[in-house]
Amino acid sequence: MTVMEQRGAYRPTPPPAWQPRTDPAPLLPDTEPYRVLGTEAAAGADPELLRRLYAELVRGRRYNAQATALTKQGRLAVYPSSTGQEACEVAAALVLEERDWLFPSYRDTLAVVTRGVDPVEALTLLRGDRHTGYDPHEHRVAPLSTPLATQLPHAVGLAHAARLRGDDVVALAMVGDGGTSEGDFHEALNFAAVWQAPVVFLVQNNGFAISVPLAKQTAAPSLAHKAVGYGMPGRLVDGNDAAAVHEVLADAVRRARAGGGPTLVEAITYRVEAHTNADDATRYRGDAEVEAWKRHDPIALLERELTGRGLLDEAAAETVRQDAEAMAADLRARMNQDAVLDPMDLFAHVYAEPTAQLVEQREQLRAELAAEAGPEGAQG
Amino acid sequence: MTTVAVRPATMAQALTRAMRDAMAADPSVHVMGEDVGTLGGVFRVTDGLAKEFGEDRCTDTPLAEAGILGTAVGMAMYGLRPVVEMQFDAFAYPAFEQLVSHVAKMRNRTRGKMPLPLTIRVPYGGGIGGVEHHSDSSEAYYMATPGLHVVTPATVADAYGLLRAAIASDDPVVFLEPKRLYWSKDSWNPEAPTAVEPIGRAVVRRPGRSATLITYGPSVPVCMEAAEAARAEGWDIEVVDLRSLVPFDDETVCASVRRTGRAVVVHESGGFGGPGGEIAARVMERCFHHLEAPVLRVAGFDLPYPPPMLERHHLPGVDRILDAVGRLQWEAES
Repeated sequence: MTVMEQRGAYRPTPPPAWQPRTDPAPLLPDTEPYRVLGTEAAAGADPELLRRLYAELVRGRRYNAQATALTKQGRLAVYPSSTGQEACEVAAALVLEERDWLFPSYRDTLAVVTRGVDPVEALTLLRGDRHTGYDPHEHRVAPLSTPLATQLPHAVGLAHAARLRGDDVVALAMVGDGGTSEGDFHEALNFAAVWQAPVVFLVQNNGFAISVPLAKQTAAPSLAHKAVGYGMPGRLVDGNDAAAVHEVLADAVRRARAGGGPTLVEAITYRVEAHTNADDATRYRGDAEVEAWKRHDPIALLERELTGRGLLDEAAAETVRQDAEAMAADLRARMNQDAVLDPMDLFAHVYAEPTAQLVEQREQLRAELAAEAGPEGAQG
Repeated sequence: MTTVAVRPATMAQALTRAMRDAMAADPSVHVMGEDVGTLGGVFRVTDGLAKEFGEDRCTDTPLAEAGILGTAVGMAMYGLRPVVEMQFDAFAYPAFEQLVSHVAKMRNRTRGKMPLPLTIRVPYGGGIGGVEHHSDSSEAYYMATPGLHVVTPATVADAYGLLRAAIASDDPVVFLEPKRLYWSKDSWNPEAPTAVEPIGRAVVRRPGRSATLITYGPSVPVCMEAAEAARAEGWDIEVVDLRSLVPFDDETVCASVRRTGRAVVVHESGGFGGPGGEIAARVMERCFHHLEAPVLRVAGFDLPYPPPMLERHHLPGVDRILDAVGRLQWEAES
């Protein structure tokens, strides 16, 4: 049986015979976001995993702070921070196997870095010297997608292609709450469910699409509930509980890999910083709200669990901090070097072979550059 | 001596054959779109492909053009070579964001690391009595998007050859199929069909000395008819079939205009902001000193595509083309 023939029949039948194709009840998300830290479930969590998550969260927070600082120093054109959302970013990267693929949005450079991409390469787009700094095939990370939700159908297509080829590959696609209003979100989820593609959709509901709160974005009971309409399970998770996000995503990845089809995961989190450095969050929200969320901080939550269970002493915490500092220092040093750019690169990679028109334009630019450089430049 | 019989076949059949041969030659070629499987497409251009290659290779997708193209992008990222069918010109617009933001740019965005070998087939143009939203000429939108190739056949042999070349290309190709030529026939050898390569070469369909008609796709047969009719007026008209709008073959076009000294660009698409403006400018920039007259355009009117009962007044026909030829300042020669 081919992949496409595995779908059940759903054809018009005379009225008395009609019934829902599947029982929607098992697809429904829980009414409360799933939590692990501070609950009984925490006892079952792997200590090694918790320590790894902690190290990555601390590193991630430091990465966000460093990238924000680089923006203020003019080294990055713009930086959409994921401060406060590190649990989602880190878990999304850690649940994947090497052969799997990650489809990030522009706010997900931390997930990209956690997956193994050099931070300088991950930030290249935001520095502005190139569009994509890394080779997508090297770490199986798609280019950062700026047009909202447009990367979701790519994840579906890639996962479907892998399945057609008989490869054991899962795609995890990241999107924000605002992105769920886009048509591509709908089309991607529909295709994924119809094709039973091995995809996990992670929605980080961080409360705002720039300035617009979720209440103006959707009337759905929750974003996770949207899954039911497509015939896939929706899961609701506390997006600041790294252990919970990791568990829910790992379950979804396992399910996809086993041929169980796609899952929609909504992680409830909060964008602590403004949309980007160019945004002013005081125009649309108050400090009290931000402070309340800071008390539900992903690092603090995990730290409390680890220290309470004696899994993290001061020496270990210091090692984690030092590792994060070293990463930040290296990032700072390398980002402070001026990018060396060749304007002639503009014409590379438009097509496999440049058209005659592009060759003509390339020569025009070459002549302009030579004229700009003057006789000395021409000699050099 | 053996001769291979040259049997007439329709353009639709040639397109089917091109996909079939490409699928047989390369297991990474996948056809996908609305109704392309069991039905064989609303124009039957994918007829038999699902039966021969299975539903995994020729797939009926949900009815969502952005989803079709977006998932095809992901499939191409993984190394497949998708051939996407958009059911009609005006139904391809939902896929525009995927086309512009990803299909056209992915090679450039990734500095060559992630090219997208995609073919997007779009039945286009009018003349089939289609009701609203079934007859658009959308080529100007695609031409204006760097990173895409835009090709369109006018003959049965080219339909096969250009589609094979498009599927083999490592760049995304928007393949515009003139739907009123789907059932056209001409001499073609289906026993030994060949690809037309490289993409981007125009061809002189009819040599002439007094003026050049520069055209493509559905307007090529109209121009050929006009050229025949022009003989009665004593005009010996050359017809250039562009075949590819991107890349554009300045060389063939300009060589022709330099020979004839006069040119008319003919297409169904509206004139304002249409391909003819670009083509006329290119000819003027390169052939100014060879021109005996301004380059003229015969195009569809600048209006939403009309209802079918009025479309004959909108489409460039033989008379309108001959009128334009007549306005090419012939008195200067007498």
